Amino acid sequence: MSAFNQNRSRIVQLIFIGAFVLITLQLINLQVFSTKYKMAADNNAFYRKVIYPDRGIIFDRKKRAILENTISYDLVVIPAESKGTDTLALCALLNIDTATYKKRMRDLIFKNGAVKPSVFEPLLTTENFARLNENMYRFPGFTLSERSVRSYPYDCGAAVLGYTAEVDTGFLRRHKDEGYEMGDYFGTTGLESSYEKVLMGQRGIKRFIRDNKGRIQGPWEKGEFDTAAIAGRNLYSSIDVELQKLGEKLMENKVGSIVAIDPKTGGILCMVSAPTYNPNYLTGNQRKKHLVDMMYFDPRKPLLNRTVSTTYSPGSTFKTLVGIIGMAEGVIDDQMTVSCGGSYLGCGRRMGCHAAGTFTLKPAISKSCNSYFAVAYRRILDNAKVNNRDITLGLFNEYAYSFGLGKKLGVDLPSERMGNIPTAKYYQKIFGKNWQACNIISNSIGQGEITTTLTQLANVMAIIANKGWYYLPHLIDSVEGGDDYEMLARFKVKQRTKNIAESIFEEVHEGMQGTMEFGTGAYAKVPGINVCGKTGTVENAYRGESLKDHAFFGAFAPRENPRIAIAVMCENAGYGATSAAPIASLLIEKYLRDSIAGPERKAKIEQLSNMNLIPPQMKRLMKPEPNTIKKENIKKAIAKN
Amino acid sequence: MNRRNNNIATEGIDYTVIWLYGILVSIGVLCIFMVEYKAGSNWLSTFLGGKANYSKQLIFGGVCALVATFILLTDSKIFTAFANLSYLLGILLMLATFVLGKNINGSRSWIPLVGGFNLQPAELCKIFTSLAIAKFISRQEVDFSNLKSQLIAGVIALTPAALSILQHELGLALVYLSLLIAMFREGLPAQFLIIGSCFGILALATLIVERDALSITLTILAGLIIFLAYRQVRKKQRLITITAILSIWILCVGVQRYVVPYIFNNVLECYQSTRIYSMVGKDYDCSLNKKSNEKVTGKAARKPDDYNVRQSKIAIGSGGFFGRGFLKGTQTRGKYVPEQDTDFIFTSLGEAFGFVGCAVFLGLYLYFLFRIVRIAERQRSTFSRVYAYCVASILFFHIAVNVSMTIGLFPIVGITLPLISYGGSSLLTFTVLIFIMLRLDADRQMVLR
Ligand SMILES: [Zn+2]
Repeated sequence: MSAFNQNRSRIVQLIFIGAFVLITLQLINLQVFSTKYKMAADNNAFYRKVIYPDRGIIFDRKKRAILENTISYDLVVIPAESKGTDTLALCALLNIDTATYKKRMRDLIFKNGAVKPSVFEPLLTTENFARLNENMYRFPGFTLSERSVRSYPYDCGAAVLGYTAEVDTGFLRRHKDEGYEMGDYFGTTGLESSYEKVLMGQRGIKRFIRDNKGRIQGPWEKGEFDTAAIAGRNLYSSIDVELQKLGEKLMENKVGSIVAIDPKTGGILCMVSAPTYNPNYLTGNQRKKHLVDMMYFDPRKPLLNRTVSTTYSPGSTFKTLVGIIGMAEGVIDDQMTVSCGGSYLGCGRRMGCHAAGTFTLKPAISKSCNSYFAVAYRRILDNAKVNNRDITLGLFNEYAYSFGLGKKLGVDLPSERMGNIPTAKYYQKIFGKNWQACNIISNSIGQGEITTTLTQLANVMAIIANKGWYYLPHLIDSVEGGDDYEMLARFKVKQRTKNIAESIFEEVHEGMQGTMEFGTGAYAKVPGINVCGKTGTVENAYRGESLKDHAFFGAFAPRENPRIAIAVMCENAGYGATSAAPIASLLIEKYLRDSIAGPERKAKIEQLSNMNLIPPQMKRLMKPEPNTIKKENIKKAIAKN
Repeated sequence: MNRRNNNIATEGIDYTVIWLYGILVSIGVLCIFMVEYKAGSNWLSTFLGGKANYSKQLIFGGVCALVATFILLTDSKIFTAFANLSYLLGILLMLATFVLGKNINGSRSWIPLVGGFNLQPAELCKIFTSLAIAKFISRQEVDFSNLKSQLIAGVIALTPAALSILQHELGLALVYLSLLIAMFREGLPAQFLIIGSCFGILALATLIVERDALSITLTILAGLIIFLAYRQVRKKQRLITITAILSIWILCVGVQRYVVPYIFNNVLECYQSTRIYSMVGKDYDCSLNKKSNEKVTGKAARKPDDYNVRQSKIAIGSGGFFGRGFLKGTQTRGKYVPEQDTDFIFTSLGEAFGFVGCAVFLGLYLYFLFRIVRIAERQRSTFSRVYAYCVASILFFHIAVNVSMTIGLFPIVGITLPLISYGGSSLLTFTVLIFIMLRLDADRQMVLR
């Protein structure tokens, strides 16, 4: 019997082998050739905790921190462990009702699960934190978790410094390989945005093992593969925070902007956009609501940086440039005189002028005579040597470009606009091939299609002060630990205008000093300092309604050794001499003397600060106070956001 | 001839098997330790406290060693003498579960004993059935080449299987089918296995291919075969051939259209059907299932049914070629695989030691099986040989099915990994199975009936 069927023993063994081979093949498939299981396992088991580094601090020119970090606290809850919490007491402390408490809890569990920690109330106020801290024993499952938030110790510089916001899906798509994740914050505007790369530092990653219910079991491999967070680099700015604060104070109740530049370095000393807001307004737990309020419901548009993102007709300030170009091209000289009877009639159409008399260049600048610069502009365009306006306008534009107009300057702020220096092509389209100088004569006094940003104007002042050269205006001078990304390299390159003789600038300086001594800028005199300035007014209208002129003032000082170039603009302020010019003079004094001397000048600060120049069309829109706006609108806006 | 040499019980014992047994049980304890281990906790104190499963398994191991020693010291004749009686007892115990049964994990197959222990008669019945089959086939008057004996042996094997199905223990029921391998060795015609495999293939095709399409395919196939056979076969036999082919065709279509759906809807539980369907990537509609409709008060909503397999495959797959290392498996530590210390113990091994570890481990098992086959073939008495083959078959089936289900080759049925899985019942059963074989083998010179 034993011998019988013995060959079947082999078959049985073959069946065993067959099954084991099949199993081995599947094991090879799973363990050797598939990577997806390994990934799935990591997804299962690792909890990556991002350790946020402190963002870099921004210092002003005297090493005072103007944007730094403070600790804020979030109230964090693990819903599964929160049974036994004194709900009523907690609600009373947070000033919410129990329905809200329950709803929040439901939402958190829905979003994040019951065993993972979720933020119940972010960015607690200091009082709330103190009260909660004493009572935490009553709230099992709740903890106070620290986090670093931005703070602005001087309450100023909102438009320049910018703010941070949580990344959204669009941002993540645009910055795919830069390591951002949902829940990260990034610099959205201002310097926070321009220098995000260096300010953000490097996130640390800690890996934890978690179990099938998402509970943390401990660090993975004792933290061997964790990376430490590296703090962001500090930035040293050229801003003078006292000057900035004074500028913001002077611009209270006004719409407009101020840019002051150190002509020797191109470093921006102060940059004020009004109306502004306290930047700390966007750091607390109400930040989202405040942001939405300002972004969608505030007619004053406080988030708009009017120094780089708004363009204006430069007005009479532009005349200095017309004079310089005319002289440089040799179509006018310091002997040429123009007689003005209170208007320019050379083009048929009457162009009014506030200054009557017979002027050479210097007094023409001082008195801001329209007729003189209309003549000069026509001479530039109708240059007999060239006899082609397309070319002469091109030439004129080349000068303008070399003064940093008609293109983005490259200031280290986002959303800078380029302004407009119209070309011959543009005019051919409007006026035909044979367009005349008279077609565009309003350009001569900075009123036509030419537009500039205020920063560009301040830069023009710096160029005139330097007599033909400049450094790109910028806010950041240096990065702590070195400028590894070469973000500052372009600010160290000396830029030159088209070749213009120094004597021409001397003439213009003379004329601009005259403005202060006996001309339109008499209000802006600074006792004991030779200031060179130029006023400007620009007519404008809003929806057909004629409005008060925009007031400009551009200046630099001291004439002998210019240390500050400044441009001030007050929208709808009327004649520039009464608002923009005195503001500039106070800032010049403050910067050059470090303080304002004498009670009379100090009183001037208060007087200017209180002067309300909010244009009427804006006042009308402001009537409904932001807090009376229906809540649904805010919600809608948030949803859209 | 019938007396033991020098009366030494250890004489003739196959130490290779004992070594293999010891190694496998140790691996088992180690695997359970990996599953239970928590970083930072003092494992020594939990170990000595005897609360953890791995220390319990070690205690079970000790008990099994005692039982094994006891078996080795007994007389082989006891096993032949009590084979039929023990089988009857086993069947009675299984029937008793329907009265005394305790519900554990949704199956009423356990009888509560003193001290919190539970007995699963279906588990023990494997031993008794093996003995009974060995006893039956080894009877002198039985000629296993005739159909009647084959049928009787089949009934012996399938009675506990049927009872297991009634207890909702599909896995255990299938184990009894493995005894067919032992019977095959003793002369069960290969046709049974072949027809069985054909049925399996047909059932699989039924799952994968759409019903009518499969019917049409089968019909075309039948037509084609008839067309080809028509010329090959002599005139006289044509009618018979065509009738035979047609009846096979009717049988196949019948199986495909009615029998298989009937099994899924009426024999199997809803979750079992779902698991089998999910193996081929399809959804099973539980509203068709008679059993699930009967008991409306079913269990609470369970996790998506392929959760177990998915997590199990992830754990094994994440081991890669060399594994993550001892106690470093993230899936094991995170308790992602359900029932990981019992039915899915293989995953902890796969994750920690990777393909290399799995291959070594499976090699060990295969060597074990071959060793048993060799032992079987060297027996003088049919009883011992058949019994050894039964042991080999049961072990093989357990290993193959358990590992296959963890790597997604077989639907999930509750079958343990022999000597490795946590659980006293399973360990004890296999210990007894193996050591009875060793005892018989030690007396291989005797002719037992
Ligand atoms: Zn005039």
